[in-house]
Amino acid sequence: MKDKNISVINAIKFGDIWTKLSMLVMGSGLFMHKQKIKGVLVFLCEIAFIFYMATLGIGRLALFGTLGTHEQQEVWNEAKGVYEYVQGDNSQLILLYCIVTMFVIAALIVLWILQLRHSYKLEKQLEEGKKVPTFIEDIKNLFNGNLHITLMALPILGILVFNVVPLTYMISMAFTTYSKEGNHLVLFDWDGLTQFIKVLSLKGSIGKQFSSVLKWTIIWAIFATFLNYILGMILALVINRKETKGKAFWRFCFILSIAVPQFVSLMIMRTMLQPQGAINVVLQNAGLIAEPLPFWTNATWAKITIIIINLWIGIPYTMLQVTGILQNIPAELYEAAKMDGAGPVTIFFKITLPYMLFVTTPYLIASFVGNINNFNVIYLLSGGGPTYVGDSAGQTDLLVTWLYKLTINQQYYNIGAVIGILTFAILSVITLVTYRNSKSYKNEEAFM
Amino acid sequence: MKNTKKKNAPSMRKRITNLLVHLALAILAFIWLLPIIWIVLTSFRAEKGSYVNSFFPKSYTLNNYIKLFTDRTVLNFPRMFTNTLIIAIFACLISTFFVVSVAYSLSRMRFKMRKPYMNMAMILGLFPGFMSMIAQYYLLKTMGLTEGGMIRIALIIAYSACAGMGFQIAKGYLDTIPKSIDEAAIMDGATQWQVFTRIIMPLSKPIIIYTTLTSFIAPWVDFIFANVLCGANSKQFTVAIGLWNMLQKEYIHQWYTAFAAGAVVISIPIAIIFLLMQKYYVEGVSGAVKG
Repeated sequence: MKDKNISVINAIKFGDIWTKLSMLVMGSGLFMHKQKIKGVLVFLCEIAFIFYMATLGIGRLALFGTLGTHEQQEVWNEAKGVYEYVQGDNSQLILLYCIVTMFVIAALIVLWILQLRHSYKLEKQLEEGKKVPTFIEDIKNLFNGNLHITLMALPILGILVFNVVPLTYMISMAFTTYSKEGNHLVLFDWDGLTQFIKVLSLKGSIGKQFSSVLKWTIIWAIFATFLNYILGMILALVINRKETKGKAFWRFCFILSIAVPQFVSLMIMRTMLQPQGAINVVLQNAGLIAEPLPFWTNATWAKITIIIINLWIGIPYTMLQVTGILQNIPAELYEAAKMDGAGPVTIFFKITLPYMLFVTTPYLIASFVGNINNFNVIYLLSGGGPTYVGDSAGQTDLLVTWLYKLTINQQYYNIGAVIGILTFAILSVITLVTYRNSKSYKNEEAFM
Repeated sequence: MKNTKKKNAPSMRKRITNLLVHLALAILAFIWLLPIIWIVLTSFRAEKGSYVNSFFPKSYTLNNYIKLFTDRTVLNFPRMFTNTLIIAIFACLISTFFVVSVAYSLSRMRFKMRKPYMNMAMILGLFPGFMSMIAQYYLLKTMGLTEGGMIRIALIIAYSACAGMGFQIAKGYLDTIPKSIDEAAIMDGATQWQVFTRIIMPLSKPIIIYTTLTSFIAPWVDFIFANVLCGANSKQFTVAIGLWNMLQKEYIHQWYTAFAAGAVVISIPIAIIFLLMQKYYVEGVSGAVKG
């Protein structure tokens, strides 16, 4: 298929009768060009597709425009003398089925193109008197030159069914009225960009909450990423000093804290910092404070507490990851700096940090993205609280935790989907700009 | 005299900085270990309830552990444990297979869809995980997998189906194995399949073990997805949801110390696995950094 002449257009233009027939009867070209089994298999796929479309697919797609119109109704049954419920349309299912059907159609189109091209290729090979691979040879090749197809078929299928289809479904929800608001939980309709305008207008209640959540998300991601990075690096440097004794022991102490499952340590922290938790009790007993400290009840306290606890979690990770890279910094750089009389602080900011920033950009981007999507820390620590009355977002909610609350707890599915799409948009801009310019991305290219 | 003093002065200062550094490390290490010490102490505490007025327990007992494994009335920990174990075994088998297959294909083979696939995985990874999670729930529901015992299958699927997107660390490791090895084998007439199973797989044992163990751990520590899929089906609870529930208002007084015991029980094996695996984790990450 590397041959440029073998394309769908050429197949349609210059193919023989059998190749042309494959446009309608899929697989016929393969069948007549000595790949009988493959031809039959492709044809069976077409039959299955037609059967699916005739029985279910078309009916499902027909509802795509309205997403269902019939409400569930009570109907008086004369004979029995009772009210009976007549099942109404379920827009959510209709939408899901429509999307599944569209993916089935897309799959068939891909198959259609492939078989057409393949048939044309076989035709050419036969014309040139070359031998056409038999079915057994094709199967054998799946374990040799085409091994990647065999290996990646199932993983890709998994991603398509359980990631791409669900994502498409959620994205399409952003354009509907699917929400608790106006009682559109069973029956909803297309709504265009209304929800996007609502969120982005920044005037209404939702818009104001969005801008405050977005602000905190970005502040959080910056602090969580860079504080962890710098402090973790300093810790690694201090442990790696020539004079530090018991390096392995210190490292072990810090690594132990990441070895404990994160949700366990987060829940422990949360209970320890409650108004009557261990920390407040110890401080009160010692007579240092009169009132319990408002770790989770005051918004500013909660934000600072979260950032500090995240240091507890993140610093050992950074230490673990950068230790090896730090040792790669050329020793001459340090020697030269010392000769010039630079102190440890100057050396850190003038040599270590710039070098590390240069080498670990992809890692930093990954951890920035991870922090924007960091659900666990916020949800398990503060739960997004404290929350003002009437708001759906708490003061420490990130976009992701807000998204979770909007959909799972409050059933504003459409706004939730909008928030998800906006989060994605923000992240893609950040990543694309930095990632594509980074050294390692280009290296990968060179590596090929 | 003056000379010796001059010689001693810098070393004196050095000694003081050294002392200070070690002191600072000791304080930091204490802060880092404090929550762990606290949870271990709590797990042996005899007094009930979450709110106590001393850091150290007044009396010690093993009853919390006994309660955890014998009290099957409200929160059935042994059942949660078996649920999670079953899910974890299947999920880790499937995801390891997926991850290794994808990593091998991307690292050793060159095909047209290779780069698009890697970009696609990166782009999909930018979507917040929950966005697909909620729709996945509906998808699994239409498949009839959200009732009773089927929830386990749903969870296995949820934990492993998209494993093919998390190939980066494994690929980074495979990239470090010299390509000349497979080229030589192919010259000798080996097929790609043979190279994969007989040469690369044995050489990448560390990363396979790493992948297996990390995907084995995932169901034990995931709380969110399990929570959405299980809902109120307490029979299908996994350990993480059980522990979370022990801290909810209705149970916290009775179950707080048992929660601590449960946390210790779960953490010990995971901590051991992690400590053994950290080398590969670091190598994988730095491999990814190097590209």
